[in-house]
Amino acid sequence: MSNPFRLALGGRIDRKRPLSFSFDGKSFQGYAGDTLASALIANGVHLVGRSFKYHRPRGFLAAGSDEPNAMVAVKRDTARVTPNTRATGVELYDGLTAESQNRWPSLAFDAGAVNDLLSPFFPAGFYYKTFMWPAGAWKRFYEPKIRAMAGLGVAPKEADPDRYLQRHAHCDVLVVGAGPAGLAAALAASDTGARVILADEQSEMGGSLLADDQGTIDGKPAGAWIAEALALLGQRDNVTLLARTTAFGFYGHNHLGLCERVTDHLAAPDPKLPRERLWQVRAKQVVAAAGAIERPLVFPDNDRPGIMLADAAHCFVTRYGAKPGSRALIATAGDDAYRAALALHAAGVEIAAIADLRETVTGPLPEAARALGLKILTGSVVTGTRGRLRVSGATVAPAKGGAGSDIACDLIAMSGGFTPSLHLHSQARGKLVFDAASGNYLPGESLYALRSAGACKGVTALADVLADGFVAGTAAAEAAGFAAGSPRSLAVSALDARPGGFAGALPHGRDPNKVKAFVDFQNDACAKDIVLATREGFRSIEHVKRYTTTGMATDQGKTSNINALNIVSAALERPVPEVGLTTFRPPYTPTTFGIFAGTARGDLFEPVRRTPIDPWAAGQGAVFEDVGQWKRARYFPVGSEDMEAAVARECRAVRSAAGIFDATTLGKIEVVGPDAAEFLNRIYTNAWTKLEVGRCRYGVMLREDGFLLDDGVVGRIAADRFHVTTTTGGAAAVLHRMEDYLQTEWPDLDCWLTSQTEEWAVIAVQGPKARAVIEPLVEDIDLDPEAMPHMSVRLGKILGVPMRLFRVSFTGELGFEINVPSSYGRKVWEAVFAAGQAHGITPYGTEAMHVLRAEKGYIIVGQETDGTVAPDDLGLGWAIAKAKKDFVGKRSLARAEMRNPTRKQMVGLESAVLLEEGAQIVADPTAPLPLTALGHVTSSYHSAVLGKPIALALVSGGRARLGETLHVPMPGGAIAVKLVSPVFYDPEGVRLDA
Amino acid sequence: MLLIRCPYCGERPEVEFRHGGEAHIARPADPATLTDEEWADFLYMRSNPRGLHAERWRHVHGCGRFFNAVRHTVTDKFLATYKVGEPRPAPEGEL
Repeated sequence: MSNPFRLALGGRIDRKRPLSFSFDGKSFQGYAGDTLASALIANGVHLVGRSFKYHRPRGFLAAGSDEPNAMVAVKRDTARVTPNTRATGVELYDGLTAESQNRWPSLAFDAGAVNDLLSPFFPAGFYYKTFMWPAGAWKRFYEPKIRAMAGLGVAPKEADPDRYLQRHAHCDVLVVGAGPAGLAAALAASDTGARVILADEQSEMGGSLLADDQGTIDGKPAGAWIAEALALLGQRDNVTLLARTTAFGFYGHNHLGLCERVTDHLAAPDPKLPRERLWQVRAKQVVAAAGAIERPLVFPDNDRPGIMLADAAHCFVTRYGAKPGSRALIATAGDDAYRAALALHAAGVEIAAIADLRETVTGPLPEAARALGLKILTGSVVTGTRGRLRVSGATVAPAKGGAGSDIACDLIAMSGGFTPSLHLHSQARGKLVFDAASGNYLPGESLYALRSAGACKGVTALADVLADGFVAGTAAAEAAGFAAGSPRSLAVSALDARPGGFAGALPHGRDPNKVKAFVDFQNDACAKDIVLATREGFRSIEHVKRYTTTGMATDQGKTSNINALNIVSAALERPVPEVGLTTFRPPYTPTTFGIFAGTARGDLFEPVRRTPIDPWAAGQGAVFEDVGQWKRARYFPVGSEDMEAAVARECRAVRSAAGIFDATTLGKIEVVGPDAAEFLNRIYTNAWTKLEVGRCRYGVMLREDGFLLDDGVVGRIAADRFHVTTTTGGAAAVLHRMEDYLQTEWPDLDCWLTSQTEEWAVIAVQGPKARAVIEPLVEDIDLDPEAMPHMSVRLGKILGVPMRLFRVSFTGELGFEINVPSSYGRKVWEAVFAAGQAHGITPYGTEAMHVLRAEKGYIIVGQETDGTVAPDDLGLGWAIAKAKKDFVGKRSLARAEMRNPTRKQMVGLESAVLLEEGAQIVADPTAPLPLTALGHVTSSYHSAVLGKPIALALVSGGRARLGETLHVPMPGGAIAVKLVSPVFYDPEGVRLDA
Repeated sequence: MLLIRCPYCGERPEVEFRHGGEAHIARPADPATLTDEEWADFLYMRSNPRGLHAERWRHVHGCGRFFNAVRHTVTDKFLATYKVGEPRPAPEGEL
C-alpha cells in the first residue's frame, strides 16, 4: 500500500514499521511515529468531520492539542470507545479503528448540511430567540431535537472497563512543556541537584524542535540536540520524564493535576497497566514552558478541508513527512508562515503564492522565500475560497480593496501569528499584561511559585527561548533552595520570525452579513455572529462568549479567543485591554472522568461500615439498607414474606414476646474527666450534675440557634465517666462539635472525648420477655426491676465477657441494650438469640424499629426535625433544665419567636389510609389556590399492632388543634386526618417499667 | 489543593482539614445578658473580608486539634497558623 502524499525521506516516522488502521471502515497504512492526522494526510484524506452547527465539511486546522475540527471516535471494542478525540493527538498503532462524527448518512454526504443553507435562520443566540414557545416544548421537543442534530460524538453505553490510577508526587521544580524552553529549564534546574519533573503532552519530547528542519543548536541539528538533552536528563536520578502527560490544571499552593496517558498508544496494552494515571504534583517551583498557539486568519470560508494553520502544514511536512497538499497558497500576516512555505517548497509542494497582509515584507524568512523565487503578494488577503469537500481555489485581493484574482490550490496555510499559552499562569491567578507591540497578553506578576519561559512568555527567537529556559530553570531551582552552577549558553543558528501578526477579522469587501468567516471552528461561530452580539448590546467579553458560544467548545477557544476579542474590540471601538479577557479554566484539554474517579468505583466507591452481627443477619436472609456508610438490616423476611408482612410480624413479636435488634451503629462517645458532668451540662439542655452513677438520661443537644441537633441516651458509668450515645448519622458531627467547644471555648474544662462507636457491639433485646431472655446469661447484675429500673446502666458480664448493660427502650417495651466489645458481638448475639428461642425471640430490623418508635411518638432526628425545630415544638420542653444558667442554644430559646403559638408542633395523625411522608397538611382543600400549608407529615407507617395507619406530623399550633380534622391534598383527592396525641401506644408508659 | 501547616503536625494537604469559620469570635460569657440583636450578631454576623482573614481550621483527619490561621481570601496564601488562645499575628506586608 502506498502513501501518495508521503515523502520518501525525512521526518520522525519509522518507515520500517508500517501500521494499518481504518477510518470510517476504510483501511489505510501509516507508520510508527504518525498521528492519525498525519497518517490520513499522507493518504490524501482531509475530510474528517462535520461541523457542530452547520455540518460543514471539515479537515485538519492544527497539528496538536489546539485542533478544533478533526474530532473522531477511537474504538477498541464496544465499551472502549473514546468520542471527541483530536485526530492530531491520536498516536497511530496497528489496527487502530477511528470513525468520524456528527454526520448522517455519511461523511461525504451529510443530510445535516442543510443547516448550512438554512444558516440565515440560525444567527447568534438563535436558541434563545427561536425556541421560546409553546411553554414546555423546550424540554420535550426542541432540546432533544437540537441535541440530536448538533453535538459531537456518542459516548459508549457500557461501563468503562479500563483502570485508572492516581499517585502523588513531590518535586522541587516541575517543568511543564518539553519544547526548547522546557528542555533548557529542566537541564538547568537538574544541574543543581533539584528534583525535577518534566511533563509534556506529546508522545515525544521536543515541542517545536521536533518539526525544526532549519535550526542548529551547539552545531547540531535540532533533532540531535533533543536526543542528547533527553539522554542526559534520562540518566539523572533527580529527573522524572513524563511524556504523554498533560498538566491540565493548577489548583492552588503549587498543586498541579497531570494526566498521563499510559496505554492509549499501544496496539495491545498490557492488562496490568492502567489506561491513564493522575499525578497530583506538589511542586515547590513551577516553570511553565507551554509554548504558543498559532491563530487562524479570519477570512470568508476559511474552514474548508485543506485550509490549515501554517505551523501545522509545516509540522506535517517536516515532522511526519506527510504533504498536506500539492499546490499551496500561503496566507499570512507575519513571518512565521514563510517557514511553512520553505518547507512545503522543499518537499515538492508547489507554492502558488504567498498572500501577505503587510505592505512591506522583509527579514530573513521572507528573503529566503524570495531567493527561491516564491511569489509574494504583499498587502493581500484571501477574500473567499471554493471547493466543497476540499479547498480547490481562493480569491486573493488587495487588503485596501479592489478586484481579486483566483488562485487554484488544494492547501491554504494561514498564519495570524502566535498566541502565548497563558493557561497555567492564569489558573495560578497570575496577572496578565497586554503587550501593545505584539498585540498579545503576556504573563505578568505571578502569585504563586510559577514562572513562565519561552514562547508562552512572548519570547520567540530560538536562541532567546533557550536562554530564557535556562534562566527560568536556574531561578526556579535557586528559589527551591539549590545553588546554581555556571550559566549555560549555546550557539544557535536559526531563521527566526520577527514579531508581527494580526488578530481579528480581515477585510474582504463583501457583504459582511452573508459571508461565513469562522472564528471558533468547533462551535461554528463566525465573525458576523460576534459583531451581531455587540450590536444586540453585549459589551462584556464574558457575555459575548456565552451568547455566541465562541471559545466554549472542547478546545476552550485555544485558536479563537484572541481573534474574537479583537473583533469585539473593533466593533465596540474600544482598545483590546478594555474589553478584557475570558477566564482560563482547567482542564487545559478534555480530561477523562476516569482519572478523577481512580479506583474509587464499584465496591471501592465508598467505605462500607458493617457491624459484627452483619454476617449473621445476612445468613438469616435479612434485607439491608444504607444508613450513611452503614449497612443495616432493614427486615428479616421469612419464606415469601414481603416487607409489610415481615415488619408486621416483627412488630407483633416485640409487643407480645421479645425482639432482638442490632443497635451497634449508634454513635458512642466516652466523656471522661473531673469536669465531664459540667461539660455535658453545657452541651446538653439537660442537667447532669445530679444524675446518679448507674442511671441514664435522654439527652437533647441544640445548636446555638436553639434548634435540635441530636439526641440520645447518656449513662453515668462513674462520677467522672459518661457513656454518651448519639444518632447513627450524627456521631461524627456531634463529636466534632463537642471537640470544638472543649478545645476552643472551654479549654479550662478537664475532660476527654473518645469515639467508641466501633468499640462496642450493641444488642437490643426488647419486649415483655426481654428480662427472661437475658437473665440466665447475665453475671454480676441484679435485673430485678427494683434493683435495675428503667433508664439505668450496670457493669457486669455476659458469657464471661465484660458488658455495659443499659435498661433503655426505643420501642416502649421493657428493654435492654447489651454493650459488649465488638469482637464478642456475634458470639453474644447468637447466645442471646439461642436463649430467646424458648420465649419466641424474633430478630427485627430498622423498619420495625421505626414503626415501634412511632407508635410511641419517639422522634427521629432528621425525620421529625429539619434544622428549624426547637425542643418545645417536639414536646421535649421537659428535657430543658431551666435552672441551668447556660447551655448551647439556651439564649436562642429565649427569643420571642420561640413562644409563638403558631410554631409547628409535633402531633399524631389518624387517617383511613396510609399517608405519604412529606405530604402537606391544609385546613380546607377546596379553598382557592394557592393553599396555605399548615404543616407536613414527617413519619407514616401502618401499625400492625394498632391495626391502622399512624403518622407523625409537624402542624402549626398543632397541640392546640388536637381533635381537629385537617386535610392532606393528594393527586387522588384530599385525605382527612384527625390530629391526636403523638403517643399512640401505651400512653401511660406502664410497659416500660415492667 | 491548599497546603496547610498544622501547628502540631506540620504541613499537610487540605483534604486532612475541615474549615471552621471565622476565628476570634468568642462565645459570650453570659449569653442571657445579651439583647436579641447582640445575640444575632454573635450567631450570624461575620466579617467576610476581601483580604486577610483569621479563620479556624481543624486537623480532623490528623491530630484532631483546632487551630487558627490567617489566610488571604484572594490569593489563598497563609500568613500564619497558630494555636487556639494565641493572639492573631499582625499582618506583615502585602500578600
